[in-house]
Amino acid sequence: MSDRTVDVWGPRTPHVRDSEWPVRVDQHLASGVAESDVHRWVPSACVLCSNGCGCEIAVRDGQIVGVRGRAEDAINRGRLGPKGLYGSWQWNGPDRLTTPLIRRDGKLVESDWDTAMELIVHRSRELLDEVGPLSHGFYTSGQLFLEEYYTLAVIGKAGLGTPHMDGNTRLCTATAAAALKETFGCDGQPGCYADVDACDALFLFGHNMAETQTVLWSRVLDRLAGPDRPRLVVVDPRRTQVARAAEESGGVHLAPLPGTNLALMNGLVRELIEHQWVDKDYVAAHTIGFDELTETVAPYTPEHVAEICRIPAADLCRAAEIFGGTERVLSTVLQGFYQSNQATAASCQVNNLHLLRGMLGRPGCGVLQMNGQPTAQNTRECGADGDLPGFRNWDNPEHIEQLARLWNVDELTIPHWAPPTHAMQIWRYAEQGSIRLLWISATNPAVSLPQLARIRDILAKDELFVVVQDGFRTETAEFADVVLPAAMWGEKQGTFTNATRTVHLSGQAIEPPGAARSDLDIFLDYARRMDFRDRDGKALISWSDPAGAFQAWQECSAGRPCDYTGLSYDALRTTSGVPWPHGQERLYTDATFPTRPDQCEDYGHDLITGASVPAEKYRAQRPDGRAFLKAAPYLPGPEQPTAEYPLLATTGRTVHHFHTRTKTGRAPRLRDAAPEPWVELSGQDAAALGVVEGDRVRVESVRGTVEAPVRIGQGRAGVVFLPFHYGYWDTDATGHDRAANELTATTWDPVSKQPLFKLAAVRVVPVNG
Amino acid sequence: MHLATYLGLLDSSLRTLADAFRQVGAGHADEPDVQHTCATLAGHIDGQIESLAPVLERYGEHREPEPERLHAAGLPGTRSGGVGLLRDLQDLYLLASLTDLTWTVIDQAAQALRDHELINLKSTGQPGTERALGWLRTRIKQAAPQALVAAS
Repeated sequence: MSDRTVDVWGPRTPHVRDSEWPVRVDQHLASGVAESDVHRWVPSACVLCSNGCGCEIAVRDGQIVGVRGRAEDAINRGRLGPKGLYGSWQWNGPDRLTTPLIRRDGKLVESDWDTAMELIVHRSRELLDEVGPLSHGFYTSGQLFLEEYYTLAVIGKAGLGTPHMDGNTRLCTATAAAALKETFGCDGQPGCYADVDACDALFLFGHNMAETQTVLWSRVLDRLAGPDRPRLVVVDPRRTQVARAAEESGGVHLAPLPGTNLALMNGLVRELIEHQWVDKDYVAAHTIGFDELTETVAPYTPEHVAEICRIPAADLCRAAEIFGGTERVLSTVLQGFYQSNQATAASCQVNNLHLLRGMLGRPGCGVLQMNGQPTAQNTRECGADGDLPGFRNWDNPEHIEQLARLWNVDELTIPHWAPPTHAMQIWRYAEQGSIRLLWISATNPAVSLPQLARIRDILAKDELFVVVQDGFRTETAEFADVVLPAAMWGEKQGTFTNATRTVHLSGQAIEPPGAARSDLDIFLDYARRMDFRDRDGKALISWSDPAGAFQAWQECSAGRPCDYTGLSYDALRTTSGVPWPHGQERLYTDATFPTRPDQCEDYGHDLITGASVPAEKYRAQRPDGRAFLKAAPYLPGPEQPTAEYPLLATTGRTVHHFHTRTKTGRAPRLRDAAPEPWVELSGQDAAALGVVEGDRVRVESVRGTVEAPVRIGQGRAGVVFLPFHYGYWDTDATGHDRAANELTATTWDPVSKQPLFKLAAVRVVPVNG
Repeated sequence: MHLATYLGLLDSSLRTLADAFRQVGAGHADEPDVQHTCATLAGHIDGQIESLAPVLERYGEHREPEPERLHAAGLPGTRSGGVGLLRDLQDLYLLASLTDLTWTVIDQAAQALRDHELINLKSTGQPGTERALGWLRTRIKQAAPQALVAAS
């Protein structure tokens, strides 16, 4: 096999529309290991992006020695990307956390589980007595397994009774969930990846698929190499690989000014309505709000949009024409929309485009509101983020009763006076000192949250008791009072669900190192020591292993849109990847949406302010299975370029790394492929600054500074791009000028509460010498 | 006819409300959502004030003497901390409620006068106030437990 850090997407396997994506099995074994040396192959799926490629882990002598894609898996048909091949296990080394650490005299020292857990339990009890459950906050991940999230959710919501639990999914998929809830009444991905095989046009909204989901992009490339290629339309301020492919396909690359996505979307929707590229019967029968939508988008003529977004009006018209005139359109949305201004409103407009044309629930006609992380969907389903388990509605007393019955606790134990606290607010409460125990699992906020100087200050506060549960001593762990060593992928069993609702069972291939334990075991240990009990005095959490947790979750999800009762560990062992509910490939095939008041996950929001729609107002709309055509006018973002900070910085991913490189930075081939950060400037901006490729520059915002060499990109002038992966664990430098989030602002979307990573006003200064 | 008097009240209460939103937004800049939403809502209210101008001018010619204590006072300043934020948002709620009901009062009179321009103005202006009230209610409900129960 070629070096896939260079040949990222691998060889083409072209195919024709509506044919099955051909199999291509990718495999990588550690050097010196032959296939015959492998003792067993353990079924799993890759956790290095949201695609969730089915794979098998090669084991020899109790060590992982390789990985290969599963040919029979519908998600990847055997393929793996460079991260899956070179970063699945290669991070394992002597710097793994193998024993709990506790802080003594300001330093982290090695300890044991009893001591570490008793410290946590002691502080936890103390705070419950002194302040109550609102003193506890949990900041989790998009990396754990379903069984772990659900257990954590029950601890938080029924054991402690704190509303302060969210995941770093707030940074990556919160807008996907929010947009789905606003439009369809409930979370749940409408489309599936097979829609790539069946579409005639593919719209990528703020989605650099070639770098974020490489295997999915291979699927697109295979259509583009086939005889009946789909046309691509791409919205991205940078001229990415995807943007170039769009132009080659006869489609369009739209590069709006950062922060103006909603103006562009309003323009696209207006064009559809203007030219009557609308399925009137579908709209009349299955949607609410067409007149308001028409009124809201009316001012967004192509010329007006061109002025706001600084794009050619003709390009917008052409894109609309492709959407309006193509038989089957698939749309995907990701961080370019989710982490930018008016994220939820812009993403809802993507849903609206599909509703207007009645293009949902049929092959090739789908929406993929993508996820960023492999298990983000489970955080959302299980209620370990700002949701309640089973997509239940915090404002619906009947849903709270269901949970109270299931857990056998008082309804008032379950915090439901407001939506569960979103991550940005959890950190604010920690900053203000009202959250005094913050338990961070499988995430590295000291590199991934916006405005890092502020995050470091919060983590360093004496009065904040910080628990960090991870596989490595991350930048965040350095601030912890207690560090708990966690087992990682391949070292524990559990299920997880990808961006298209497809569930995989990931097997345990090897034992965790040293005293490391699975996140599930850690949560269960805490629950046991805290002695959480139900109304009858029985243990609140009755399960003790992944299978038990899965069963409990099945019971919790029963009857809800994310019903897992049709799945089982056994079924997941026989079939590689099964979508919920009950194996259903696409949702909304009959155009009935989960908007009934007794069914919906949320009554919705005002897209401008995030004001909750009251229950009675929601009911009065009589949605009853119809979808909402929600819209809002464009408003300029909270941060605009100024004379002092004349450029706009956006952050994003590079193909070889995941998140803060906790794994990929330790995997030699991936580290070597992208060892250091860089700053991407447009040719025009570089020329104006008098810098050339490789020159070092300092990027400065009011909040911080990043120093890195320049790459000249082909993005639009005025836009600076920085990869967000790089932190400080692998440098000797003492300063903080490497992480892109030194620059970013603490500000978020009013509905999804997702931070605006893609909109920071900066200046660039050449560094002499 | 006292409609002009009440249009004056609407105008002054909108101005007071816009100023108060700006004040609270600036005073709670450490709460970025509060800061940003307050600025957005203040901008919306500015737009309503602007669109009110022609009607004010039209009825202003027949203005009667105003009763005492007609106009609501603005905010003397903002407070700090979780409880301070809560209280400031409640002050905004009171001012926004005054505006909201003033729209209703004026709409009633506009209907009696069959004044289409004024009726239209109300139908575009009042939802803005409702939006502000909705946001304030949501944000107050969210902030209350932590401020009252957990903050030291």
